[in-house]
Amino acid sequence: MSTLVECTGLNKNYGKVTALHDVNLTIESGHIIGLLGPNGSGKTTLIKILNGLLTPTSGTVLVKGKPIGVDSKKVISYLPDHTYLNMNQRVSEVISFFTTFYEDFDERRAYDMLSKLSINPKDRLKAMSKGTKEKVQLILVMSRRADLYILDEPIAGVDPAARDYILNVILTNYDASASIIISTHLIADIENVLDEVLFIQNGQIRLTSSVDAIREEQGKSVDALFREVFRC
Amino acid sequence: MPWELDSDRPIFQQIIDKIQTDILSGRYAPGDKLPSVRELAMMAAVNPNTMQKALAELERAGLVYTQRTSGRFITEDTAMIELLKERKAKELIDTFLEGMQRIGYSAQDAADALKRKAAPAQIPDCSQADN
Repeated sequence: MSTLVECTGLNKNYGKVTALHDVNLTIESGHIIGLLGPNGSGKTTLIKILNGLLTPTSGTVLVKGKPIGVDSKKVISYLPDHTYLNMNQRVSEVISFFTTFYEDFDERRAYDMLSKLSINPKDRLKAMSKGTKEKVQLILVMSRRADLYILDEPIAGVDPAARDYILNVILTNYDASASIIISTHLIADIENVLDEVLFIQNGQIRLTSSVDAIREEQGKSVDALFREVFRC
Repeated sequence: MPWELDSDRPIFQQIIDKIQTDILSGRYAPGDKLPSVRELAMMAAVNPNTMQKALAELERAGLVYTQRTSGRFITEDTAMIELLKERKAKELIDTFLEGMQRIGYSAQDAADALKRKAAPAQIPDCSQADN
Protein backbone atom coordinates (compact mmCIF):
# COMPACT_ATOMS: atom_id res chain seq x y z
CA MET A 1 0.00 0.00 0.00
CA SER A 2 1.29 3.45 -0.83
CA THR A 3 0.08 7.00 -0.55
CA LEU A 4 -1.78 8.16 -3.64
CA VAL A 5 -2.93 11.61 -2.64
CA GLU A 6 -1.70 13.97 -0.01
CA CYS A 7 -3.37 17.32 0.67
CA THR A 8 -1.87 19.66 3.23
CA GLY A 9 -3.40 22.89 4.49
CA LEU A 10 -5.64 23.19 1.48
CA ASN A 11 -7.68 26.38 1.21
CA LYS A 12 -9.93 27.60 -1.56
CA ASN A 13 -11.79 30.89 -1.59
CA TYR A 14 -14.17 32.14 -4.24
CA GLY A 15 -13.86 35.85 -3.59
CA LYS A 16 -15.07 36.26 0.00
CA VAL A 17 -16.65 32.81 0.11
CA THR A 18 -14.56 30.06 1.69
CA ALA A 19 -15.12 26.77 -0.14
CA LEU A 20 -12.36 24.75 1.53
CA HIS A 21 -10.70 25.56 4.82
CA ASP A 22 -7.45 23.89 5.93
CA VAL A 23 -8.14 20.48 4.45
CA ASN A 24 -5.56 17.84 5.32
CA LEU A 25 -6.13 14.54 3.66
CA THR A 26 -4.23 11.38 2.79
CA ILE A 27 -5.56 8.74 0.44
CA GLU A 28 -3.90 5.35 0.33
CA SER A 29 -4.02 2.95 -2.59
CA GLY A 30 -6.46 0.06 -2.60
CA HIS A 31 -9.36 1.87 -0.97
CA ILE A 32 -12.86 2.86 -1.96
CA ILE A 33 -13.66 6.13 -0.26
CA GLY A 34 -17.00 7.88 0.02
CA LEU A 35 -16.80 11.66 -0.03
CA LEU A 36 -19.98 12.66 1.70
CA GLY A 37 -21.38 16.02 2.59
CA PRO A 38 -24.44 18.21 2.16
CA ASN A 39 -24.91 20.48 -0.83
CA GLY A 40 -22.36 23.25 -0.98
CA SER A 41 -19.99 21.59 1.49
CA GLY A 42 -17.00 21.67 -0.86
CA LYS A 43 -17.05 18.16 -2.33
CA THR A 44 -16.87 19.21 -5.95
CA THR A 45 -14.34 21.97 -5.19
CA LEU A 46 -12.03 19.39 -3.62
CA ILE A 47 -12.52 17.03 -6.56
CA LYS A 48 -11.85 19.78 -9.08
CA ILE A 49 -8.64 20.72 -7.31
CA LEU A 50 -7.48 17.09 -7.42
CA ASN A 51 -8.14 17.09 -11.15
CA GLY A 52 -6.36 20.36 -11.81
CA LEU A 53 -9.52 22.19 -12.85
CA LEU A 54 -9.20 24.66 -9.99
CA THR A 55 -6.09 25.94 -8.29
CA PRO A 56 -6.13 26.10 -4.51
CA THR A 57 -5.81 29.51 -2.86
CA SER A 58 -3.15 28.02 -0.61
CA GLY A 59 -1.83 24.64 0.44
CA THR A 60 -0.37 21.74 -1.48
CA VAL A 61 -1.69 18.68 -3.23
CA LEU A 62 0.55 15.81 -4.25
CA VAL A 63 -0.59 12.88 -6.36
CA LYS A 64 1.86 10.00 -6.18
CA GLY A 65 4.37 12.48 -4.82
CA LYS A 66 4.04 14.93 -7.69
CA PRO A 67 2.13 18.20 -7.97
CA ILE A 68 -1.08 18.37 -10.01
CA GLY A 69 -0.32 18.46 -13.71
CA VAL A 70 0.29 16.16 -16.66
CA ASP A 71 1.60 13.39 -14.42
CA SER A 72 -1.40 13.44 -12.09
CA LYS A 73 -3.89 13.53 -14.97
CA LYS A 74 -2.29 10.41 -16.40
CA VAL A 75 -3.11 8.40 -13.31
CA ILE A 76 -6.50 9.89 -12.40
CA SER A 77 -9.67 8.88 -14.21
CA TYR A 78 -12.35 11.44 -13.52
CA LEU A 79 -16.11 11.38 -13.87
CA PRO A 80 -17.26 15.01 -13.62
CA ASP A 81 -20.68 16.05 -12.39
CA HIS A 82 -21.42 17.59 -15.78
CA THR A 83 -20.74 15.98 -19.09
CA TYR A 84 -18.13 17.31 -21.47
CA LEU A 85 -18.78 14.86 -24.30
CA ASN A 86 -19.96 15.90 -27.73
CA MET A 87 -23.62 14.88 -27.80
CA ASN A 88 -23.61 14.52 -31.59
CA GLN A 89 -21.12 11.66 -31.46
CA ARG A 90 -21.90 7.98 -31.43
CA VAL A 91 -20.67 5.92 -28.49
CA SER A 92 -18.23 4.09 -30.78
CA GLU A 93 -16.74 7.41 -31.87
CA VAL A 94 -16.26 8.53 -28.29
CA ILE A 95 -14.57 5.22 -27.52
CA SER A 96 -12.11 5.54 -30.38
CA PHE A 97 -11.41 9.10 -29.21
CA PHE A 98 -10.69 7.86 -25.68
CA THR A 99 -8.54 5.03 -27.06
CA THR A 100 -6.26 7.46 -28.83
CA PHE A 101 -6.36 10.04 -26.05
CA TYR A 102 -5.57 7.87 -23.01
CA GLU A 103 -2.79 5.31 -23.19
CA ASP A 104 -4.36 3.32 -20.35
CA PHE A 105 -7.81 3.05 -22.01
CA ASP A 106 -8.98 -0.54 -22.45
CA GLU A 107 -11.27 -0.58 -25.49
CA ARG A 108 -12.35 -4.19 -25.02
CA ARG A 109 -13.39 -3.55 -21.46
CA ALA A 110 -15.56 -0.65 -22.61
CA TYR A 111 -17.35 -2.65 -25.33
CA ASP A 112 -17.81 -5.50 -22.92
CA MET A 113 -19.58 -3.31 -20.37
CA LEU A 114 -21.69 -1.64 -23.08
CA SER A 115 -23.01 -4.97 -24.24
CA LYS A 116 -23.73 -6.07 -20.67
CA LEU A 117 -25.84 -2.96 -20.19
CA SER A 118 -27.42 -3.44 -23.65
CA ILE A 119 -26.19 -0.12 -24.97
CA ASN A 120 -25.79 0.05 -28.71
CA PRO A 121 -22.37 1.56 -29.60
CA LYS A 122 -23.89 2.97 -32.78
CA ASP A 123 -26.33 5.16 -30.85
CA ARG A 124 -25.69 8.87 -30.62
CA LEU A 125 -25.35 10.34 -27.14
CA LYS A 126 -28.06 12.93 -27.72
CA ALA A 127 -30.58 10.18 -28.50
CA MET A 128 -30.02 8.57 -25.12
CA SER A 129 -31.87 9.01 -21.85
CA LYS A 130 -30.17 10.79 -18.96
CA GLY A 131 -29.52 7.49 -17.18
CA THR A 132 -28.04 5.81 -20.25
CA LYS A 133 -25.75 8.78 -20.85
CA GLU A 134 -24.53 8.48 -17.28
CA LYS A 135 -23.88 4.79 -17.76
CA VAL A 136 -21.84 5.48 -20.90
CA GLN A 137 -19.76 8.07 -19.09
CA LEU A 138 -19.09 5.78 -16.17
CA ILE A 139 -18.08 2.99 -18.56
CA LEU A 140 -15.62 5.36 -20.23
CA VAL A 141 -14.13 6.37 -16.90
CA MET A 142 -13.90 2.82 -15.52
CA SER A 143 -12.35 1.50 -18.75
CA ARG A 144 -9.12 3.31 -18.01
CA ARG A 145 -6.53 1.44 -15.99
CA ALA A 146 -5.92 4.32 -13.66
CA ASP A 147 -4.48 4.52 -10.14
CA LEU A 148 -7.22 6.76 -8.88
CA TYR A 149 -10.81 6.99 -10.03
CA ILE A 150 -12.73 10.07 -8.94
CA LEU A 151 -16.45 9.75 -9.46
CA ASP A 152 -18.58 12.81 -8.83
CA GLU A 153 -22.19 11.67 -8.34
CA PRO A 154 -21.89 8.53 -10.47
CA ILE A 155 -25.27 6.94 -9.77
CA ALA A 156 -27.64 9.84 -9.27
CA GLY A 157 -29.54 9.47 -12.53
CA VAL A 158 -29.79 5.70 -12.92
CA ASP A 159 -32.48 3.34 -11.69
CA PRO A 160 -31.87 1.07 -8.68
CA ALA A 161 -31.33 -2.07 -10.78
CA ALA A 162 -28.75 -0.35 -12.94
CA ARG A 163 -27.22 1.09 -9.77
CA ASP A 164 -26.50 -2.44 -8.56
CA TYR A 165 -24.88 -3.23 -11.88
CA ILE A 166 -22.82 -0.06 -11.81
CA LEU A 167 -21.54 -0.82 -8.32
CA ASN A 168 -20.65 -4.21 -9.69
CA VAL A 169 -18.79 -2.54 -12.54
CA ILE A 170 -16.91 -0.44 -10.03
CA LEU A 171 -16.03 -3.47 -7.92
CA THR A 172 -14.89 -5.59 -10.86
CA ASN A 173 -12.95 -3.00 -12.72
CA TYR A 174 -10.66 -1.54 -10.20
CA ASP A 175 -7.63 -3.50 -9.23
CA ALA A 176 -6.33 -3.84 -5.73
CA SER A 177 -3.66 -1.18 -6.13
CA ALA A 178 -6.09 1.49 -7.29
CA SER A 179 -8.36 3.69 -5.22
CA ILE A 180 -11.75 5.16 -5.90
CA ILE A 181 -13.26 8.33 -4.50
CA ILE A 182 -17.02 8.45 -4.84
CA SER A 183 -18.93 11.59 -4.04
CA THR A 184 -22.63 11.00 -3.62
CA HIS A 185 -25.79 11.68 -1.65
CA LEU A 186 -27.04 8.14 -2.16
CA ILE A 187 -25.15 6.79 0.82
CA ALA A 188 -27.34 3.80 1.59
CA ASP A 189 -26.84 2.47 -1.92
CA ILE A 190 -23.10 2.51 -1.81
CA GLU A 191 -22.04 2.13 1.79
CA ASN A 192 -21.47 -1.61 1.56
CA VAL A 193 -18.77 -1.11 -1.03
CA LEU A 194 -16.92 1.65 0.81
CA ASP A 195 -13.83 1.18 2.97
CA GLU A 196 -13.80 4.65 4.35
CA VAL A 197 -15.97 7.69 4.51
CA LEU A 198 -15.02 11.33 4.61
CA PHE A 199 -17.65 13.69 5.94
CA ILE A 200 -17.11 17.21 4.68
CA GLN A 201 -18.98 20.22 5.98
CA ASN A 202 -18.52 23.95 5.31
CA GLY A 203 -15.28 23.18 3.53
CA GLN A 204 -13.78 21.22 6.39
CA ILE A 205 -13.25 17.51 6.91
CA ARG A 206 -15.57 16.68 9.76
CA LEU A 207 -14.96 12.95 10.11
CA THR A 208 -12.76 10.25 8.61
CA SER A 209 -13.67 6.72 9.53
CA SER A 210 -14.18 3.23 8.17
CA VAL A 211 -17.74 2.08 7.53
CA ASP A 212 -17.41 -0.83 9.93
CA ALA A 213 -15.94 1.38 12.65
CA ILE A 214 -18.97 3.68 12.38
CA ARG A 215 -21.32 0.72 12.61
CA GLU A 216 -19.42 -0.78 15.51
CA GLU A 217 -19.04 2.40 17.52
CA GLN A 218 -22.35 4.05 16.74
CA GLY A 219 -24.49 1.01 16.04
CA LYS A 220 -25.91 2.68 12.99
CA SER A 221 -25.36 2.86 9.28
CA VAL A 222 -23.31 5.60 7.62
CA ASP A 223 -26.53 6.80 6.06
CA ALA A 224 -28.17 7.16 9.49
CA LEU A 225 -25.09 8.88 10.92
CA PHE A 226 -25.02 11.31 7.99
CA ARG A 227 -28.66 12.22 8.57
CA GLU A 228 -27.89 12.82 12.24
CA VAL A 229 -24.71 14.85 11.76
CA PHE A 230 -26.15 17.02 9.02
CA ARG A 231 -29.70 17.35 10.31
CA CYS A 232 -31.23 20.55 8.95
CA MET B 1 -28.31 -11.11 -6.09
CA PRO B 2 -26.38 -9.27 -3.35
CA TRP B 3 -26.44 -10.75 0.12
CA GLU B 4 -28.95 -9.30 2.50
CA LEU B 5 -27.06 -7.22 5.01
CA ASP B 6 -28.38 -5.14 7.88
CA SER B 7 -27.43 -1.51 7.93
CA ASP B 8 -26.53 -1.21 11.60
CA ARG B 9 -24.00 -4.01 12.19
CA PRO B 10 -20.44 -4.10 10.88
CA ILE B 11 -20.41 -5.57 7.39
CA PHE B 12 -17.50 -7.93 7.98
CA GLN B 13 -19.31 -9.38 10.99
CA GLN B 14 -22.35 -10.12 8.88
CA ILE B 15 -20.22 -11.72 6.18
CA ILE B 16 -18.67 -13.98 8.80
CA ASP B 17 -22.14 -14.96 10.02
CA LYS B 18 -23.33 -15.66 6.49
CA ILE B 19 -20.37 -17.87 5.59
CA GLN B 20 -20.61 -19.66 8.93
CA THR B 21 -24.27 -20.37 8.23
CA ASP B 22 -23.38 -21.66 4.79
CA ILE B 23 -20.88 -24.04 6.36
CA LEU B 24 -23.31 -25.20 9.06
CA SER B 25 -26.14 -25.71 6.60
CA GLY B 26 -23.86 -27.81 4.43
CA ARG B 27 -23.93 -25.40 1.50
CA TYR B 28 -20.17 -25.52 1.78
CA ALA B 29 -19.04 -29.04 2.67
CA PRO B 30 -15.85 -29.72 4.65
CA GLY B 31 -12.90 -29.43 2.29
CA ASP B 32 -14.81 -27.39 -0.31
CA LYS B 33 -12.97 -24.63 -2.08
CA LEU B 34 -14.28 -21.13 -1.45
CA PRO B 35 -14.63 -18.69 -4.35
CA SER B 36 -11.92 -16.03 -4.54
CA VAL B 37 -12.11 -12.89 -2.43
CA ARG B 38 -13.02 -10.89 -5.50
CA GLU B 39 -15.76 -13.29 -6.56
CA LEU B 40 -17.21 -13.39 -3.06
CA ALA B 41 -17.07 -9.60 -2.83
CA MET B 42 -19.00 -9.37 -6.09
CA MET B 43 -21.55 -11.94 -4.96
CA ALA B 44 -22.13 -10.05 -1.74
CA ALA B 45 -21.81 -6.61 -3.38
CA VAL B 46 -19.33 -5.51 -0.74
CA ASN B 47 -15.87 -4.05 -0.74
CA PRO B 48 -13.14 -6.66 -1.44
CA ASN B 49 -11.13 -5.40 1.55
CA THR B 50 -14.09 -6.05 3.83
CA MET B 51 -14.46 -9.55 2.40
CA GLN B 52 -10.74 -10.11 2.92
CA LYS B 53 -11.06 -9.04 6.54
CA ALA B 54 -13.99 -11.42 7.13
CA LEU B 55 -12.13 -14.34 5.57
CA ALA B 56 -9.03 -13.59 7.63
CA GLU B 57 -11.23 -13.71 10.73
CA LEU B 58 -12.74 -17.04 9.69
CA GLU B 59 -9.24 -18.30 9.10
CA ARG B 60 -8.14 -17.21 12.55
CA ALA B 61 -11.10 -19.08 13.99
CA GLY B 62 -9.96 -22.14 12.06
CA LEU B 63 -13.10 -22.50 9.95
CA VAL B 64 -11.30 -21.96 6.68
CA TYR B 65 -7.69 -22.45 5.74
CA THR B 66 -5.50 -21.20 2.95
CA GLN B 67 -3.54 -23.50 0.76
CA ARG B 68 -0.80 -21.52 -0.81
CA THR B 69 -1.43 -20.82 -4.52
CA SER B 70 -4.62 -22.88 -4.70
CA GLY B 71 -7.00 -20.83 -2.61
CA ARG B 72 -9.16 -21.02 0.49
CA PHE B 73 -10.90 -24.15 1.70
CA ILE B 74 -13.49 -25.05 4.33
CA THR B 75 -11.97 -26.87 7.29
CA GLU B 76 -12.15 -30.66 7.27
CA ASP B 77 -12.41 -30.68 11.05
CA THR B 78 -16.05 -31.84 11.29
CA ALA B 79 -15.88 -31.91 15.09
CA MET B 80 -15.21 -28.20 15.04
CA ILE B 81 -18.14 -27.59 12.72
CA GLU B 82 -20.40 -29.62 15.04
CA LEU B 83 -19.19 -27.57 17.99
CA LEU B 84 -19.95 -24.34 16.19
CA LYS B 85 -23.36 -25.67 15.27
CA GLU B 86 -24.16 -26.39 18.90
CA ARG B 87 -23.00 -22.95 19.92
CA LYS B 88 -25.13 -21.29 17.22
CA ALA B 89 -28.16 -23.37 18.20
CA LYS B 90 -27.71 -22.25 21.79
CA GLU B 91 -27.59 -18.63 20.70
CA LEU B 92 -30.77 -19.02 18.67
CA ILE B 93 -32.55 -20.71 21.57
CA ASP B 94 -31.49 -17.92 23.93
CA THR B 95 -32.85 -15.31 21.55
CA PHE B 96 -36.08 -17.26 21.18
CA LEU B 97 -36.52 -17.67 24.93
CA GLU B 98 -35.84 -14.00 25.52
CA GLY B 99 -38.56 -13.10 23.04
CA MET B 100 -40.99 -15.55 24.63
CA GLN B 101 -40.23 -14.21 28.08
CA ARG B 102 -41.06 -10.74 26.90
CA ILE B 103 -44.59 -11.87 26.06
CA GLY B 104 -44.97 -13.71 29.36
CA TYR B 105 -43.91 -17.28 28.56
CA SER B 106 -41.75 -19.13 31.06
CA ALA B 107 -39.03 -21.36 29.64
CA GLN B 108 -41.31 -24.33 30.33
CA ASP B 109 -44.30 -22.69 28.57
CA ALA B 110 -42.07 -21.96 25.62
CA ALA B 111 -40.81 -25.54 25.54
CA ASP B 112 -44.41 -26.83 25.60
CA ALA B 113 -45.38 -24.52 22.80
CA LEU B 114 -42.39 -25.73 20.83
CA LYS B 115 -43.32 -29.34 21.41
CA ARG B 116 -46.83 -28.69 20.13
CA LYS B 117 -45.40 -26.96 17.09
CA ALA B 118 -43.04 -29.84 16.44
CA ALA B 119 -45.94 -32.33 16.42
CA PRO B 120 -48.75 -30.31 14.88
CA ALA B 121 -50.72 -33.26 13.52
CA GLN B 122 -51.91 -34.34 16.98
CA ILE B 123 -53.26 -30.94 17.93
CA PRO B 124 -56.74 -30.01 16.71
CA ASP B 125 -56.72 -26.69 14.92
CA CYS B 126 -58.57 -24.26 17.21
CA SER B 127 -58.63 -21.36 14.80
CA GLN B 128 -60.95 -23.16 12.43
CA ALA B 129 -63.34 -24.37 15.10
CA ASP B 130 -64.58 -20.80 15.56
CA ASN B 131 -65.73 -20.43 11.99
